[in-house]
Amino acid sequence: MENSAKNKELYQDMVKKASPDSHIFKDCVKAFIVGGIICCVGQFITNYLKELGLTQNDTGIYTSSVLIFISSLMTGLGLYGKLGKFAGAGSIVPITGFSNSVTSPAIEFKKEGFVTGLGAKIFIVAGPVILYGVLTSVIVGIIYYFIK
Amino acid sequence: MAKHIGQQSIKFEKKISIAATASTVGTKEGEGPLGKYFDVILKDAVDGEASWEKAESKIVKDTLTLAVKKAGLTMDDIDYIFSGDLLNQGTGSAYGIRDLNRPFFGLYGACSTFGESISLGSVTIESGGASKVLVGASSHFCAAEKQFRFPLGLGTQRPLTSTWTVTGDGAAVLSKNGAPPYITGITTGKIVDFGITDANNMGAAMATAAADIILTNLKDFNITPEYYDLIITGDLGYVGKELTIELLKKEGIDISNNYTDCGIEIYDRENQDTHSGGSGCACSAVTFSAYFYNKMKKNELDRILFVPTGALMSSTSVQQGESIPGIAHAVIIENHPKGEL
Amino acid sequence: MDYLYAFLVGGGICVIGQILIDKTKLTSARILVLFVVLGCVLGGIGVYQPLVDFAGAGATVPLPGFGNTLAKGVMEEVDKSGLIGALTGGLKASSAGITSALVFAFLAALIFNPKEK
Repeated sequence: MENSAKNKELYQDMVKKASPDSHIFKDCVKAFIVGGIICCVGQFITNYLKELGLTQNDTGIYTSSVLIFISSLMTGLGLYGKLGKFAGAGSIVPITGFSNSVTSPAIEFKKEGFVTGLGAKIFIVAGPVILYGVLTSVIVGIIYYFIK
Repeated sequence: MAKHIGQQSIKFEKKISIAATASTVGTKEGEGPLGKYFDVILKDAVDGEASWEKAESKIVKDTLTLAVKKAGLTMDDIDYIFSGDLLNQGTGSAYGIRDLNRPFFGLYGACSTFGESISLGSVTIESGGASKVLVGASSHFCAAEKQFRFPLGLGTQRPLTSTWTVTGDGAAVLSKNGAPPYITGITTGKIVDFGITDANNMGAAMATAAADIILTNLKDFNITPEYYDLIITGDLGYVGKELTIELLKKEGIDISNNYTDCGIEIYDRENQDTHSGGSGCACSAVTFSAYFYNKMKKNELDRILFVPTGALMSSTSVQQGESIPGIAHAVIIENHPKGEL
Repeated sequence: MDYLYAFLVGGGICVIGQILIDKTKLTSARILVLFVVLGCVLGGIGVYQPLVDFAGAGATVPLPGFGNTLAKGVMEEVDKSGLIGALTGGLKASSAGITSALVFAFLAALIFNPKEK
């Protein structure tokens, strides 16, 4: 049981052998189906709004907002967490997953107050997403300015 | 007086009796295979309180009070309380015993806390400094997830190596004199860190500590694994149990015939979706207090080595890429102590 | 046909995320960040828009679509108002998504209490 570098390395191998791998094929099928369905719901909303005569730009905005609303509501009802357990990336990667990552801490940290709890924690996942998204967009903008 | 034995052990001379135990668990644990052994099963995660954290403190208070009552004592008979939990700064225990008005040692040993509290409680009695002490440990699934991981409502998948934090509190009254079972010795763990960084594989992080302390216990007391009817680790789960057996095999010791883990006993793996098993301070505390104590009382078990295991990381240390230090505390519990042990 | 394409492409993007989760143990937060950044870069070099034209919601609903919106917005603003557009374009284009996520989250927090799993 000596805590040597060699034993540590041996132990990492033992752990790898003893730890069950995720069922990656099954996980991927579930992610594919649920992710695909969420996108189809988005497509349905888009088509419906287009028929109403909305512009391309407005259609995009409304579609996102409706999906975000549905996800927020499902998160509040405790349903999105259950969906996420089944679907994995299938419900994380769509915009509804972003909405879930904003709503779930908002609800959970309400008890710590509206400012220090809800207000601060609402960004625990969304904050990094917005930060690095915006950062990348600024870089894209600057490069685009010089090469266009 | 107690004797220090070998490298890390103490052999007690007094017959330190476990006079009574009490346990409270959440709904999920109540639905598990050990459901009928628990004293109290909660109807929901908040138990009438405003938050999960407050609920945990209430469980602590109620369970400690119940243990004292079951021992036929009143709170004033208790000389010291040793208790701990997983919440920041040990608030689960501190608020729980706020109204109990007894001297308090707040402990943190992560999920090994129950072993730590039994050990220190026994030492206090052996020293003559107390005749009756109350020991306990608690954890709460929702409060622990909130503190260590992500919000519960976030739709994520738990890896198959992850364990499920037990909601509940286990407590015991230790007494200078009384009926069996008795605590006859302890082997106190040192930190063992084999470089595991995956916080979703705590069983692997703690298995080395468990194997190390079992090995040390056998060496210090100069005994073989067969000395015990059962060796019981705290919350290694399926992954950690397998690793512990394998690590000890490499040292020439076979415990595969008389070894189990509380994290495996407490849930039904197939139907309760708990992946590698149970964890948290309450895992070993409630499983011992309800199930194994009961088996010892009925003489179905005569002599056990109880080894609560803990992973001593914080969310900050994990984020900074530190590996997870493991610890385990072994407690020898016997109905018929041998003079020569 | 647009539903089929949306399903296949949207599902496919999610599968990439799933493989990353299972193989690299990335948390969901890191996946979200990665996909938005990736979408923004792909949008910037003009690769993502053809996918949007082909798959519709299948490409706009997954998070890389959000990144693409950022890139598109920033380039439009640069066209309109020069270098300053690099600062204003991204958030301007994504303002509806971010604002509705915040507003609905706040409302949900007012109404609902956290549930145990």
